[in-house]
Amino acid sequence: MSVISVPAQSAVVAVRRRRRPSGWSWVRGGAITLVCLVFALPIVWMFAAAFKTNAQVTDPSVGLVFTPTLDNFRAIIDGGQILQAMANSLIVGVVSTALSALIAVPAAWAVGRFRMRSTGSLVLVARIVPAVSLLVPWYYLFAQAGLVGTYTVLVLSHMFVSVPLILWIMIGFFEGLPIELEEAARVDGLSAFGAFLRIALPLAAPGTATASVLAFVASWNNFMFALVLADEDTETVPVTLFSFISYASTDWGGLMAAATLMTVPVVVVALLAQKHLVAGLTAGATKG
Amino acid sequence: MRFPTSPAATIERSHRTLRWAMLTPALAFVGLMIAFPLVYTVYLSITDAFGAVNAGARPVGLQNYGDALTDGRRFWPAVWRTVVFTIGAVLLETVLGLALAMLMRKAFRGMRWVRTVLIVPLLATPVAIAILWLLILDPTNGIANRMLAVVGIGPQEFLGSVSGSLPTLVLIDVWQWTPMITLLLLAGLSTLPEEPEEAAVVDGANAWQRFRHVVLPMLVPTLATALVLRTVDALKTFDILYATKGPGGGSAFEVETLNVLAYGLTFDYQEYGLASAVLVLFTLFIIGIVVLLRRRAGRSES
Repeated sequence: MSVISVPAQSAVVAVRRRRRPSGWSWVRGGAITLVCLVFALPIVWMFAAAFKTNAQVTDPSVGLVFTPTLDNFRAIIDGGQILQAMANSLIVGVVSTALSALIAVPAAWAVGRFRMRSTGSLVLVARIVPAVSLLVPWYYLFAQAGLVGTYTVLVLSHMFVSVPLILWIMIGFFEGLPIELEEAARVDGLSAFGAFLRIALPLAAPGTATASVLAFVASWNNFMFALVLADEDTETVPVTLFSFISYASTDWGGLMAAATLMTVPVVVVALLAQKHLVAGLTAGATKG
Repeated sequence: MRFPTSPAATIERSHRTLRWAMLTPALAFVGLMIAFPLVYTVYLSITDAFGAVNAGARPVGLQNYGDALTDGRRFWPAVWRTVVFTIGAVLLETVLGLALAMLMRKAFRGMRWVRTVLIVPLLATPVAIAILWLLILDPTNGIANRMLAVVGIGPQEFLGSVSGSLPTLVLIDVWQWTPMITLLLLAGLSTLPEEPEEAAVVDGANAWQRFRHVVLPMLVPTLATALVLRTVDALKTFDILYATKGPGGGSAFEVETLNVLAYGLTFDYQEYGLASAVLVLFTLFIIGIVVLLRRRAGRSES
Protein backbone atom coordinates (compact mmCIF):
# COMPACT_ATOMS: atom_id res chain seq x y z
CA MET A 1 0.00 0.00 0.00
CA SER A 2 1.89 2.96 -1.24
CA VAL A 3 -1.01 5.39 -1.27
CA ILE A 4 -1.16 7.15 2.07
CA SER A 5 -2.55 10.64 2.19
CA VAL A 6 -0.17 12.91 4.06
CA PRO A 7 -1.76 15.72 6.15
CA ALA A 8 0.19 18.35 4.19
CA GLN A 9 -1.78 17.37 1.10
CA SER A 10 -5.09 17.78 2.87
CA ALA A 11 -6.16 20.60 0.54
CA VAL A 12 -5.72 18.33 -2.47
CA VAL A 13 -7.49 15.51 -0.65
CA ALA A 14 -10.40 17.78 0.23
CA VAL A 15 -10.81 18.85 -3.37
CA ARG A 16 -10.60 15.30 -4.60
CA ARG A 17 -13.12 14.17 -2.04
CA ARG A 18 -15.59 16.84 -3.04
CA ARG A 19 -15.33 16.04 -6.73
CA ARG A 20 -15.20 12.29 -6.35
CA PRO A 21 -18.89 11.49 -5.75
CA SER A 22 -20.04 12.36 -9.26
CA GLY A 23 -17.24 10.47 -11.05
CA TRP A 24 -17.39 7.60 -8.62
CA SER A 25 -21.14 7.26 -8.85
CA TRP A 26 -20.90 6.93 -12.64
CA VAL A 27 -18.31 4.17 -12.30
CA ARG A 28 -20.40 2.52 -9.62
CA GLY A 29 -23.58 2.76 -11.66
CA GLY A 30 -21.81 1.25 -14.67
CA ALA A 31 -20.38 -1.59 -12.59
CA ILE A 32 -23.75 -2.38 -11.00
CA THR A 33 -25.43 -2.37 -14.42
CA LEU A 34 -22.79 -4.77 -15.74
CA VAL A 35 -23.33 -7.09 -12.76
CA CYS A 36 -27.09 -7.07 -13.34
CA LEU A 37 -26.57 -7.99 -17.00
CA VAL A 38 -24.29 -10.88 -16.04
CA PHE A 39 -26.88 -12.34 -13.69
CA ALA A 40 -30.04 -11.51 -15.63
CA LEU A 41 -29.06 -12.16 -19.26
CA PRO A 42 -28.69 -15.97 -19.01
CA ILE A 43 -32.20 -16.17 -17.52
CA VAL A 44 -33.54 -13.83 -20.23
CA TRP A 45 -31.77 -16.02 -22.81
CA MET A 46 -33.60 -19.07 -21.41
CA PHE A 47 -36.99 -17.36 -21.62
CA ALA A 48 -36.25 -16.14 -25.15
CA ALA A 49 -35.09 -19.57 -26.35
CA ALA A 50 -38.34 -21.08 -25.12
CA PHE A 51 -40.18 -18.98 -27.70
CA LYS A 52 -37.79 -19.72 -30.60
CA THR A 53 -37.95 -22.42 -33.23
CA ASN A 54 -35.27 -25.09 -32.90
CA ALA A 55 -33.41 -23.59 -35.86
CA GLN A 56 -33.36 -20.20 -34.12
CA VAL A 57 -32.29 -21.62 -30.73
CA THR A 58 -29.16 -23.19 -32.20
CA ASP A 59 -28.27 -20.14 -34.28
CA PRO A 60 -26.44 -17.69 -32.00
CA SER A 61 -26.87 -14.90 -34.54
CA VAL A 62 -30.57 -14.85 -33.61
CA GLY A 63 -30.50 -12.63 -30.57
CA LEU A 64 -33.40 -11.34 -28.57
CA VAL A 65 -35.34 -9.98 -31.56
CA PHE A 66 -37.38 -12.65 -33.35
CA THR A 67 -40.98 -13.70 -33.97
CA PRO A 68 -42.03 -15.68 -30.90
CA THR A 69 -43.71 -19.06 -31.27
CA LEU A 70 -45.56 -21.15 -28.71
CA ASP A 71 -44.71 -24.40 -30.52
CA ASN A 72 -42.22 -25.55 -27.89
CA PHE A 73 -44.77 -25.19 -25.10
CA ARG A 74 -47.42 -26.88 -27.22
CA ALA A 75 -45.08 -29.79 -27.95
CA ILE A 76 -44.05 -30.44 -24.36
CA ILE A 77 -47.59 -30.01 -23.05
CA ASP A 78 -48.94 -32.40 -25.69
CA GLY A 79 -46.30 -34.86 -24.48
CA GLY A 80 -48.27 -34.84 -21.23
CA GLN A 81 -45.32 -35.63 -19.00
CA ILE A 82 -44.50 -32.06 -18.02
CA LEU A 83 -47.97 -31.16 -16.73
CA GLN A 84 -48.08 -34.34 -14.64
CA ALA A 85 -44.61 -33.52 -13.31
CA MET A 86 -45.63 -29.96 -12.45
CA ALA A 87 -48.68 -31.26 -10.62
CA ASN A 88 -46.44 -33.71 -8.75
CA SER A 89 -43.96 -30.97 -7.83
CA LEU A 90 -46.82 -28.78 -6.66
CA ILE A 91 -48.40 -31.53 -4.53
CA VAL A 92 -45.11 -32.61 -2.96
CA GLY A 93 -44.02 -29.00 -2.43
CA VAL A 94 -47.24 -27.80 -0.82
CA VAL A 95 -47.76 -30.85 1.42
CA SER A 96 -44.14 -31.10 2.55
CA THR A 97 -43.98 -27.36 3.25
CA ALA A 98 -47.27 -27.30 5.19
CA LEU A 99 -46.33 -30.30 7.34
CA SER A 100 -42.84 -28.91 7.92
CA ALA A 101 -44.19 -25.54 9.03
CA LEU A 102 -46.66 -27.32 11.32
CA ILE A 103 -43.91 -29.04 13.29
CA ALA A 104 -41.00 -26.61 12.79
CA VAL A 105 -42.66 -23.30 13.77
CA PRO A 106 -43.68 -24.41 17.31
CA ALA A 107 -40.25 -26.00 17.73
CA ALA A 108 -38.56 -22.77 16.63
CA TRP A 109 -40.62 -20.83 19.17
CA ALA A 110 -39.57 -23.23 21.94
CA VAL A 111 -35.91 -22.92 20.93
CA GLY A 112 -36.05 -19.15 20.50
CA ARG A 113 -38.01 -18.38 23.66
CA PHE A 114 -36.34 -20.83 26.01
CA ARG A 115 -32.82 -20.42 24.67
CA MET A 116 -32.20 -24.04 23.75
CA ARG A 117 -29.50 -23.23 21.22
CA SER A 118 -27.90 -26.67 21.44
CA THR A 119 -30.87 -28.15 19.59
CA GLY A 120 -29.95 -25.84 16.75
CA SER A 121 -26.89 -28.02 16.19
CA LEU A 122 -29.21 -30.71 14.84
CA VAL A 123 -30.00 -28.31 12.02
CA LEU A 124 -26.29 -28.10 11.25
CA VAL A 125 -25.95 -31.90 11.23
CA ALA A 126 -28.90 -32.18 8.83
CA ARG A 127 -27.09 -29.74 6.55
CA ILE A 128 -23.69 -31.44 6.67
CA VAL A 129 -24.65 -35.06 6.01
CA PRO A 130 -24.53 -35.86 2.27
CA ALA A 131 -28.01 -36.73 1.01
CA VAL A 132 -26.72 -39.83 -0.82
CA SER A 133 -25.83 -41.43 2.50
CA LEU A 134 -29.45 -41.05 3.60
CA LEU A 135 -30.97 -42.30 0.38
CA VAL A 136 -29.86 -45.95 0.56
CA PRO A 137 -31.24 -46.51 4.08
CA TRP A 138 -34.38 -44.53 3.21
CA TYR A 139 -34.82 -46.55 0.05
CA TYR A 140 -34.31 -49.77 2.01
CA LEU A 141 -36.74 -48.74 4.75
CA PHE A 142 -39.39 -47.34 2.41
CA ALA A 143 -39.08 -50.34 0.07
CA GLN A 144 -39.89 -52.64 3.00
CA ALA A 145 -42.97 -50.51 3.69
CA GLY A 146 -43.92 -50.58 0.00
CA LEU A 147 -43.74 -46.79 -0.17
CA VAL A 148 -41.12 -46.22 -2.89
CA GLY A 149 -42.65 -44.29 -5.77
CA THR A 150 -45.43 -42.79 -3.65
CA TYR A 151 -46.04 -39.16 -2.77
CA THR A 152 -45.61 -40.09 0.91
CA VAL A 153 -41.95 -40.95 0.53
CA LEU A 154 -41.27 -37.83 -1.55
CA VAL A 155 -43.02 -35.64 1.00
CA LEU A 156 -41.06 -37.21 3.88
CA SER A 157 -37.73 -36.80 2.07
CA HIS A 158 -38.45 -33.18 1.15
CA MET A 159 -39.53 -32.48 4.72
CA PHE A 160 -36.07 -33.56 5.78
CA VAL A 161 -34.77 -30.43 4.01
CA SER A 162 -37.69 -28.14 4.89
CA VAL A 163 -37.93 -28.77 8.64
CA PRO A 164 -34.32 -27.69 9.38
CA LEU A 165 -34.69 -24.76 6.95
CA ILE A 166 -37.88 -23.41 8.57
CA LEU A 167 -36.48 -24.11 12.04
CA TRP A 168 -33.34 -22.13 11.23
CA ILE A 169 -35.18 -19.08 9.89
CA MET A 170 -37.90 -19.06 12.54
CA ILE A 171 -35.57 -19.41 15.55
CA GLY A 172 -34.00 -16.11 14.51
CA PHE A 173 -37.41 -14.60 13.86
CA PHE A 174 -38.84 -15.51 17.29
CA GLU A 175 -35.68 -14.28 19.01
CA GLY A 176 -36.25 -10.93 17.32
CA LEU A 177 -39.86 -10.61 18.58
CA PRO A 178 -40.20 -8.65 21.82
CA ILE A 179 -41.12 -11.02 24.63
CA GLU A 180 -43.03 -8.29 26.53
CA LEU A 181 -46.21 -8.81 24.50
CA GLU A 182 -46.32 -12.48 25.39
CA GLU A 183 -45.59 -11.68 29.05
CA ALA A 184 -48.41 -9.16 29.13
CA ALA A 185 -50.75 -11.76 27.66
CA ARG A 186 -49.64 -14.19 30.35
CA VAL A 187 -50.39 -11.62 33.05
CA ASP A 188 -53.83 -11.22 31.50
CA GLY A 189 -54.43 -14.90 32.05
CA LEU A 190 -53.36 -16.66 28.84
CA SER A 191 -51.41 -19.90 29.21
CA ALA A 192 -47.93 -20.10 27.70
CA PHE A 193 -49.37 -22.11 24.83
CA GLY A 194 -52.16 -19.53 24.49
CA ALA A 195 -49.55 -16.79 24.35
CA PHE A 196 -47.81 -18.66 21.54
CA LEU A 197 -51.04 -19.29 19.63
CA ARG A 198 -52.71 -15.90 20.09
CA ILE A 199 -49.74 -13.53 20.30
CA ALA A 200 -46.49 -14.96 18.93
CA LEU A 201 -47.91 -16.89 16.00
CA PRO A 202 -49.81 -13.95 14.42
CA LEU A 203 -46.73 -11.74 14.88
CA ALA A 204 -44.60 -14.41 13.24
CA ALA A 205 -46.88 -14.70 10.21
CA PRO A 206 -44.55 -12.76 7.85
CA GLY A 207 -41.57 -14.86 8.94
CA THR A 208 -43.55 -18.06 8.57
CA ALA A 209 -44.62 -17.01 5.09
CA THR A 210 -41.04 -16.27 4.05
CA ALA A 211 -39.71 -19.51 5.51
CA SER A 212 -42.51 -21.46 3.83
CA VAL A 213 -41.82 -19.89 0.43
CA LEU A 214 -38.12 -20.77 0.72
CA ALA A 215 -39.00 -24.31 1.83
CA PHE A 216 -41.35 -24.67 -1.13
CA VAL A 217 -38.65 -23.43 -3.50
CA ALA A 218 -36.18 -25.93 -2.02
CA SER A 219 -38.71 -28.70 -2.64
CA TRP A 220 -39.52 -27.44 -6.15
CA ASN A 221 -35.80 -27.48 -7.00
CA ASN A 222 -34.90 -30.77 -5.32
CA PHE A 223 -33.50 -33.22 -7.84
CA MET A 224 -31.76 -36.11 -6.14
CA PHE A 225 -34.52 -37.33 -3.84
CA ALA A 226 -37.09 -37.64 -6.60
CA LEU A 227 -34.48 -39.11 -8.96
CA VAL A 228 -34.21 -42.08 -6.59
CA LEU A 229 -37.51 -42.25 -4.74
CA ALA A 230 -40.10 -41.33 -7.41
CA ASP A 231 -41.51 -43.48 -10.18
CA GLU A 232 -42.90 -42.40 -13.57
CA ASP A 233 -46.24 -41.33 -12.10
CA THR A 234 -44.82 -39.30 -9.22
CA GLU A 235 -41.62 -37.82 -10.69
CA THR A 236 -41.12 -34.10 -10.15
CA VAL A 237 -40.15 -31.50 -12.76
CA PRO A 238 -36.34 -31.55 -12.30
CA VAL A 239 -36.34 -35.31 -12.94
CA THR A 240 -38.54 -34.92 -16.03
CA LEU A 241 -36.27 -32.15 -17.25
CA PHE A 242 -33.24 -34.38 -16.70
CA SER A 243 -34.89 -37.20 -18.67
CA PHE A 244 -35.49 -34.74 -21.54
CA ILE A 245 -31.71 -34.14 -21.74
CA SER A 246 -30.96 -37.84 -21.79
CA TYR A 247 -33.47 -38.83 -24.45
CA ALA A 248 -34.01 -35.74 -26.59
CA SER A 249 -30.80 -33.77 -26.28
CA THR A 250 -31.29 -31.98 -29.58
CA ASP A 251 -34.71 -30.49 -28.72
CA TRP A 252 -33.32 -27.29 -27.24
CA GLY A 253 -36.56 -25.40 -27.71
CA GLY A 254 -38.49 -27.99 -25.72
CA LEU A 255 -35.82 -28.09 -23.02
CA MET A 256 -35.85 -24.31 -22.67
CA ALA A 257 -39.65 -24.25 -22.60
CA ALA A 258 -39.64 -26.80 -19.78
CA ALA A 259 -36.88 -24.93 -17.95
CA THR A 260 -38.91 -21.74 -18.37
CA LEU A 261 -42.02 -23.35 -16.88
CA MET A 262 -39.86 -24.31 -13.88
CA THR A 263 -38.23 -20.92 -13.49
CA VAL A 264 -41.12 -18.52 -14.08
CA PRO A 265 -42.82 -19.26 -10.72
CA VAL A 266 -39.52 -18.59 -8.96
CA VAL A 267 -39.01 -15.29 -10.77
CA VAL A 268 -42.57 -14.23 -9.90
CA VAL A 269 -41.97 -15.06 -6.25
CA ALA A 270 -38.69 -13.12 -6.35
CA LEU A 271 -40.45 -10.07 -7.83
CA LEU A 272 -43.24 -10.15 -5.26
CA ALA A 273 -41.27 -10.81 -2.10
CA GLN A 274 -37.66 -9.80 -2.78
CA LYS A 275 -37.20 -8.05 0.56
CA HIS A 276 -38.63 -10.86 2.69
CA LEU A 277 -36.76 -13.55 0.79
CA VAL A 278 -33.44 -11.77 1.24
CA ALA A 279 -34.16 -11.50 4.97
CA GLY A 280 -35.00 -15.20 5.09
CA LEU A 281 -31.97 -16.28 3.06
CA THR A 282 -29.62 -14.30 5.27
CA ALA A 283 -31.34 -15.17 8.56
CA GLY A 284 -28.92 -16.01 11.33
CA ALA A 285 -25.83 -15.05 9.34
CA THR A 286 -25.13 -11.84 11.22
CA LYS A 287 -25.48 -13.36 14.66
CA GLY A 288 -22.41 -15.54 14.11
CA MET B 1 -24.24 -16.90 26.25
CA ARG B 2 -26.30 -17.33 29.41
CA PHE B 3 -28.40 -14.66 31.00
CA PRO B 4 -29.07 -15.64 34.65
CA THR B 5 -32.02 -13.26 34.81
CA SER B 6 -33.38 -13.94 31.36
CA PRO B 7 -36.88 -12.54 30.82
CA ALA B 8 -37.95 -16.00 29.81
CA ALA B 9 -36.66 -17.52 33.05
CA THR B 10 -39.97 -17.33 34.88
CA ILE B 11 -41.92 -18.88 32.06
CA GLU B 12 -39.21 -21.44 31.58
CA ARG B 13 -39.48 -22.90 35.06
CA SER B 14 -43.21 -23.53 34.86
CA HIS B 15 -43.41 -24.77 31.31
CA ARG B 16 -40.83 -27.42 30.74
CA THR B 17 -43.47 -29.83 29.44
CA LEU B 18 -44.90 -27.37 26.92
CA ARG B 19 -41.44 -26.62 25.61
CA TRP B 20 -40.71 -30.29 25.00
CA ALA B 21 -44.14 -30.94 23.56
CA MET B 22 -43.53 -28.24 20.94
CA LEU B 23 -39.99 -29.30 20.24
CA THR B 24 -40.39 -33.08 20.08
CA PRO B 25 -42.22 -33.56 16.74
CA ALA B 26 -39.58 -31.63 14.77
CA LEU B 27 -36.63 -33.08 16.65
CA ALA B 28 -38.00 -36.62 16.46
CA PHE B 29 -38.64 -36.29 12.73
CA VAL B 30 -35.20 -34.97 11.84
CA GLY B 31 -33.53 -37.28 14.34
CA LEU B 32 -35.24 -40.42 13.03
CA MET B 33 -34.71 -39.47 9.38
CA ILE B 34 -31.01 -39.03 10.11
CA ALA B 35 -30.12 -41.44 12.95
CA PHE B 36 -31.24 -44.67 11.32
CA PRO B 37 -29.59 -43.85 7.97
CA LEU B 38 -26.30 -42.89 9.62
CA VAL B 39 -26.12 -46.08 11.68
CA TYR B 40 -27.21 -48.12 8.69
CA THR B 41 -24.63 -46.51 6.39
CA VAL B 42 -21.84 -47.26 8.87
CA TYR B 43 -23.14 -50.86 9.12
CA LEU B 44 -23.27 -51.25 5.31
CA SER B 45 -19.74 -49.91 5.00
CA ILE B 46 -18.35 -52.97 6.80
CA THR B 47 -20.33 -55.47 4.71
CA ASP B 48 -20.21 -56.70 1.14
CA ALA B 49 -23.77 -55.48 0.41
CA PHE B 50 -24.33 -55.56 -3.34
CA GLY B 51 -27.21 -55.84 -5.81
CA ALA B 52 -30.76 -55.98 -4.48
CA VAL B 53 -31.41 -53.80 -1.43
CA ASN B 54 -32.67 -56.73 0.64
CA ALA B 55 -30.08 -59.28 -0.48
CA GLY B 56 -28.05 -60.64 2.44
CA ALA B 57 -24.77 -58.96 3.32
CA ARG B 58 -21.75 -60.49 5.04
CA PRO B 59 -19.45 -58.48 7.30
CA VAL B 60 -16.08 -57.89 5.67
CA GLY B 61 -14.45 -55.68 8.29
CA LEU B 62 -12.64 -52.66 6.96
CA GLN B 63 -12.08 -54.09 3.50
CA ASN B 64 -14.30 -51.48 1.78
CA TYR B 65 -12.31 -48.69 3.39
CA GLY B 66 -9.11 -50.35 2.23
CA ASP B 67 -10.50 -50.71 -1.28
CA ALA B 68 -11.58 -47.07 -1.40
CA LEU B 69 -8.35 -45.65 0.03
CA THR B 70 -6.15 -47.64 -2.35
CA ASP B 71 -8.29 -46.83 -5.42
CA GLY B 72 -6.21 -44.46 -7.50
CA ARG B 73 -8.55 -44.64 -10.49
CA ARG B 74 -11.85 -43.35 -9.13
CA PHE B 75 -11.59 -42.47 -5.41
CA TRP B 76 -8.49 -40.27 -5.15
CA PRO B 77 -9.19 -38.35 -8.37
CA ALA B 78 -12.71 -37.75 -6.99
CA VAL B 79 -11.24 -36.41 -3.73
CA TRP B 80 -8.96 -34.16 -5.73
CA ARG B 81 -11.81 -32.87 -7.94
CA THR B 82 -14.00 -32.23 -4.90
CA VAL B 83 -11.22 -30.16 -3.34
CA VAL B 84 -10.42 -28.27 -6.57
CA PHE B 85 -14.10 -27.56 -7.30
CA THR B 86 -14.82 -26.39 -3.75
CA ILE B 87 -11.74 -24.21 -3.32
CA GLY B 88 -12.12 -22.71 -6.80
CA ALA B 89 -15.82 -21.98 -6.44
CA VAL B 90 -15.82 -20.75 -2.84
CA LEU B 91 -12.73 -18.60 -3.33
CA LEU B 92 -14.10 -16.88 -6.44
CA GLU B 93 -17.55 -16.50 -4.89
CA THR B 94 -16.10 -14.95 -1.74
CA VAL B 95 -13.88 -12.45 -3.56
CA LEU B 96 -16.54 -11.47 -6.12
CA GLY B 97 -19.32 -11.57 -3.50
CA LEU B 98 -17.34 -9.25 -1.22
CA ALA B 99 -16.53 -6.85 -4.06
CA LEU B 100 -20.16 -6.77 -5.10
CA ALA B 101 -21.34 -6.22 -1.53
CA MET B 102 -18.98 -3.25 -1.13
CA LEU B 103 -20.22 -1.90 -4.47
CA MET B 104 -23.85 -2.12 -3.36
CA ARG B 105 -23.28 -1.08 0.23
CA LYS B 106 -24.47 2.52 0.06
CA ALA B 107 -28.11 2.75 -0.98
CA PHE B 108 -28.81 3.74 -4.58
CA ARG B 109 -31.82 4.11 -6.85
CA GLY B 110 -32.96 0.75 -8.20
CA MET B 111 -31.40 -1.22 -5.31
CA ARG B 112 -34.65 -3.16 -5.05
CA TRP B 113 -34.39 -4.31 -8.65
CA VAL B 114 -30.75 -5.25 -8.38
CA ARG B 115 -31.50 -7.41 -5.34
CA THR B 116 -34.35 -9.07 -7.24
CA VAL B 117 -31.95 -9.86 -10.10
CA LEU B 118 -29.49 -11.28 -7.58
CA ILE B 119 -31.92 -13.67 -5.84
CA VAL B 120 -33.20 -15.27 -9.05
CA PRO B 121 -30.06 -17.44 -9.59
CA LEU B 122 -30.27 -18.51 -5.92
CA LEU B 123 -33.88 -19.61 -6.21
CA ALA B 124 -33.74 -21.06 -9.73
CA THR B 125 -33.69 -24.84 -10.14
CA PRO B 126 -30.09 -26.10 -10.49
CA VAL B 127 -31.13 -28.66 -13.13
CA ALA B 128 -32.75 -25.90 -15.21
CA ILE B 129 -29.66 -23.72 -14.74
CA ALA B 130 -27.44 -26.59 -15.83
CA ILE B 131 -29.44 -27.10 -19.03
CA LEU B 132 -29.45 -23.37 -19.74
CA TRP B 133 -25.65 -23.24 -19.51
CA LEU B 134 -25.39 -26.34 -21.71
CA LEU B 135 -27.14 -24.29 -24.40
CA ILE B 136 -25.18 -21.07 -23.82
CA LEU B 137 -21.84 -22.91 -23.72
CA ASP B 138 -22.53 -25.29 -26.59
CA PRO B 139 -19.22 -25.27 -28.51
CA THR B 140 -20.80 -24.89 -31.97
CA ASN B 141 -24.28 -23.43 -31.40
CA GLY B 142 -23.86 -21.50 -28.16
CA ILE B 143 -23.86 -17.74 -27.73
CA ALA B 144 -20.80 -17.83 -25.42
CA ASN B 145 -18.26 -18.59 -28.15
CA ARG B 146 -19.84 -15.92 -30.35
CA MET B 147 -19.42 -13.33 -27.60
CA LEU B 148 -15.84 -14.45 -26.98
CA ALA B 149 -15.16 -14.02 -30.71
CA VAL B 150 -16.28 -10.38 -30.43
CA VAL B 151 -13.53 -9.70 -27.89
CA GLY B 152 -11.01 -11.71 -29.94
CA ILE B 153 -10.92 -14.96 -27.97
CA GLY B 154 -10.98 -18.22 -29.96
CA PRO B 155 -13.73 -20.82 -29.57
CA GLN B 156 -13.70 -22.85 -26.35
CA GLU B 157 -14.89 -26.44 -25.84
CA PHE B 158 -16.27 -25.67 -22.33
CA LEU B 159 -18.24 -28.73 -21.16
CA GLY B 160 -17.32 -30.60 -24.34
CA SER B 161 -13.72 -31.22 -23.32
CA VAL B 162 -12.28 -33.36 -20.54
CA SER B 163 -9.94 -30.73 -19.14
CA GLY B 164 -12.36 -27.81 -19.52
CA SER B 165 -15.39 -29.34 -17.83
CA LEU B 166 -14.52 -28.89 -14.17
CA PRO B 167 -13.36 -25.24 -14.52
CA THR B 168 -16.52 -24.49 -16.54
CA LEU B 169 -18.70 -25.99 -13.81
CA VAL B 170 -16.83 -23.93 -11.22
CA LEU B 171 -17.83 -20.83 -13.21
CA ILE B 172 -21.47 -21.96 -13.42
CA ASP B 173 -21.46 -22.48 -9.65
CA VAL B 174 -19.90 -19.03 -9.23
CA TRP B 175 -22.67 -17.52 -11.37
CA GLN B 176 -25.36 -19.19 -9.27
CA TRP B 177 -23.95 -18.68 -5.75
CA THR B 178 -21.96 -15.41 -5.73
CA PRO B 179 -25.21 -13.51 -5.00
CA MET B 180 -25.65 -15.60 -1.85
CA ILE B 181 -22.33 -14.34 -0.45
CA THR B 182 -23.19 -10.78 -1.52
CA LEU B 183 -26.58 -10.83 0.22
CA LEU B 184 -25.13 -12.37 3.39
CA LEU B 185 -22.37 -9.75 3.47
CA LEU B 186 -24.80 -6.90 2.77
CA ALA B 187 -26.85 -8.08 5.76
CA GLY B 188 -23.64 -8.14 7.81
CA LEU B 189 -22.53 -4.71 6.57
CA SER B 190 -25.85 -3.14 7.51
CA THR B 191 -25.30 -4.07 11.16
CA LEU B 192 -21.82 -2.51 11.43
CA PRO B 193 -21.40 0.70 13.48
CA GLU B 194 -20.38 3.77 11.46
CA GLU B 195 -18.11 5.42 14.03
CA PRO B 196 -14.92 3.41 13.38
CA GLU B 197 -15.02 4.32 9.69
CA GLU B 198 -15.73 7.98 10.40
CA ALA B 199 -12.78 7.99 12.78
CA ALA B 200 -10.61 6.46 10.05
CA VAL B 201 -11.68 9.18 7.61
CA VAL B 202 -10.67 11.82 10.15
CA ASP B 203 -7.32 10.06 10.53
CA GLY B 204 -6.80 10.39 6.78
CA ALA B 205 -7.21 6.74 5.77
CA ASN B 206 -8.06 6.24 2.10
CA ALA B 207 -10.89 4.04 0.83
CA TRP B 208 -8.74 0.92 0.52
CA GLN B 209 -7.24 1.40 3.98
CA ARG B 210 -10.69 1.89 5.52
CA PHE B 211 -11.87 -1.29 3.83
CA ARG B 212 -8.81 -3.35 4.70
CA HIS B 213 -8.25 -2.24 8.29
CA VAL B 214 -11.67 -1.12 9.51
CA VAL B 215 -14.55 -2.74 7.59
CA LEU B 216 -13.02 -6.13 6.77
CA PRO B 217 -12.06 -7.03 10.36
CA MET B 218 -15.57 -6.16 11.55
CA LEU B 219 -17.03 -8.28 8.75
CA VAL B 220 -15.06 -11.42 9.66
CA PRO B 221 -17.87 -13.15 11.62
CA THR B 222 -20.34 -12.79 8.71
CA LEU B 223 -17.66 -13.76 6.24
CA ALA B 224 -16.90 -16.88 8.30
CA THR B 225 -20.57 -17.90 8.38
CA ALA B 226 -20.91 -17.37 4.63
CA LEU B 227 -17.73 -19.35 4.02
CA VAL B 228 -18.87 -22.33 6.10
CA LEU B 229 -22.33 -22.42 4.49
CA ARG B 230 -20.96 -22.17 0.96
CA THR B 231 -18.14 -24.67 1.56
CA VAL B 232 -20.51 -27.34 2.88
CA ASP B 233 -22.84 -26.88 -0.08
CA ALA B 234 -20.02 -26.73 -2.63
CA LEU B 235 -18.48 -29.97 -1.30
CA LYS B 236 -21.85 -31.66 -1.79
CA THR B 237 -22.61 -30.18 -5.24
CA PHE B 238 -24.45 -32.77 -7.31
CA ASP B 239 -27.24 -31.39 -9.47
CA ILE B 240 -25.28 -29.25 -11.94
CA LEU B 241 -22.52 -31.86 -12.24
CA TYR B 242 -24.91 -34.75 -12.86
CA ALA B 243 -27.24 -32.78 -15.15
CA THR B 244 -24.46 -31.47 -17.41
CA LYS B 245 -22.13 -34.47 -17.54
CA GLY B 246 -24.36 -37.42 -16.61
CA PRO B 247 -23.51 -40.53 -14.55
CA GLY B 248 -19.87 -40.88 -13.54
CA GLY B 249 -19.17 -37.23 -14.27
CA GLY B 250 -18.56 -37.82 -17.99
CA SER B 251 -16.85 -40.47 -20.10
CA ALA B 252 -13.45 -39.87 -18.47
CA PHE B 253 -15.01 -39.21 -15.01
CA GLU B 254 -13.84 -35.61 -15.57
CA VAL B 255 -16.27 -34.02 -13.07
CA GLU B 256 -16.75 -37.03 -10.79
CA THR B 257 -16.56 -35.58 -7.28
CA LEU B 258 -17.02 -37.64 -4.11
CA ASN B 259 -20.76 -37.01 -4.11
CA VAL B 260 -21.16 -38.02 -7.76
CA LEU B 261 -18.94 -41.08 -7.17
CA ALA B 262 -20.97 -42.14 -4.11
CA TYR B 263 -24.20 -41.69 -6.06
CA GLY B 264 -22.87 -43.73 -8.98
CA LEU B 265 -21.52 -46.55 -6.78
CA THR B 266 -24.89 -46.70 -5.03
CA PHE B 267 -27.44 -46.35 -7.78
CA ASP B 268 -25.59 -47.24 -11.00
CA TYR B 269 -23.42 -50.10 -9.68
CA GLN B 270 -25.41 -51.15 -6.55
CA GLU B 271 -22.09 -51.42 -4.68
CA TYR B 272 -23.73 -50.48 -1.37
CA GLY B 273 -20.82 -51.65 0.80
CA LEU B 274 -18.12 -49.71 -1.04
CA ALA B 275 -20.44 -46.71 -1.56
CA SER B 276 -21.17 -46.56 2.17
CA ALA B 277 -17.47 -46.62 3.00
CA VAL B 278 -16.94 -43.72 0.55
CA LEU B 279 -19.87 -41.87 2.14
CA VAL B 280 -18.54 -42.36 5.68
CA LEU B 281 -15.16 -41.02 4.56
CA PHE B 282 -16.87 -38.15 2.70
CA THR B 283 -19.00 -37.21 5.74
CA LEU B 284 -15.94 -37.27 8.02
CA PHE B 285 -14.13 -35.12 5.45
CA ILE B 286 -16.93 -32.52 5.48
CA ILE B 287 -17.14 -32.51 9.28
CA GLY B 288 -13.36 -32.10 9.46
CA ILE B 289 -13.45 -29.10 7.14
CA VAL B 290 -16.35 -27.47 9.01
CA VAL B 291 -14.54 -27.91 12.36
CA LEU B 292 -11.35 -26.51 10.84
CA LEU B 293 -13.12 -23.49 9.31
CA ARG B 294 -15.03 -22.70 12.49
CA ARG B 295 -11.89 -22.96 14.62
CA ARG B 296 -9.96 -20.67 12.27
CA ALA B 297 -12.86 -18.22 12.18
CA GLY B 298 -13.05 -18.27 15.97
CA ARG B 299 -9.33 -17.51 16.21
CA SER B 300 -9.35 -14.60 13.78
CA GLU B 301 -12.38 -13.18 15.58
CA SER B 302 -10.56 -12.96 18.91
